[in-house]
Amino acid sequence: MPLTDSLRDDILAAVPSLRAFAISLSGNADRADDLVQETLLRALANIDSFQPGSNLPAWLFTILRNLFRSDYRKRRREVEDAEGNYAKTLKTQPSQGAHLEFEEFRTALDKLPQDQREALILVGASGFSYEDAAAICGCAVGTIKSRVNRARSKLAALLYVDGAEDFGPDETVRAVIGGNG
Amino acid sequence: MKDVKSQARNAAPGKQGGLNPEIQSRIGHQLRAMYDDVVRQGVPERFADLIRKLDVPPASPQVGNTGGNNNDGRD
Repeated sequence: MPLTDSLRDDILAAVPSLRAFAISLSGNADRADDLVQETLLRALANIDSFQPGSNLPAWLFTILRNLFRSDYRKRRREVEDAEGNYAKTLKTQPSQGAHLEFEEFRTALDKLPQDQREALILVGASGFSYEDAAAICGCAVGTIKSRVNRARSKLAALLYVDGAEDFGPDETVRAVIGGNG
Repeated sequence: MKDVKSQARNAAPGKQGGLNPEIQSRIGHQLRAMYDDVVRQGVPERFADLIRKLDVPPASPQVGNTGGNNNDGRD
């Protein structure tokens, strides 16, 4: 399909969510914008292979996801850079409590295996259907579903269970409710 | 927060999709908050420029359009 003005507008409209996807994947704002730029260049260069009427965001996300994958294989993410860099991208400075919660969430997200993280982001944040997410990741719908489930369970464990274990939550809970015998 | 934590402990780990709904919604909320924060930043000028200025590349190696002169002569 030729690059019409309306297609150009549609690509432009997809940029904010492409950036959000890239940042969620890479945890690094600068790397994310490089990824988006490369995605756009690649999309524009291969615009003829885009099927009119098909899902443009899904097509663009597929390109970005594949670029990230190949980039990731070449050089591991610089995790230590992620938090500060990401914070820089925030428009509104969150309150201290919210910021802490945000950092915790970001850290937990980074601990997920890449397959699970991307599945969770596509379905849980980008709002793609399981079918679209499966197409973007090149796997079966059932695989996406189980990755999303595992991602959620792992996040729940990291955020709401693990952290409390240092303090012996069982003991604490027992002490609190102990009076009820 | 304590409530949620104790609920998480009750969610049987092996149960498929058996995650406590409140925790699931908390995770969903945080994930979207993180994501939407970036979405709300809109399109940085650098990308808007890139998309507006870039024309169809003169010779895209992917396209094997031999002799197809379907172009309406626009340059």
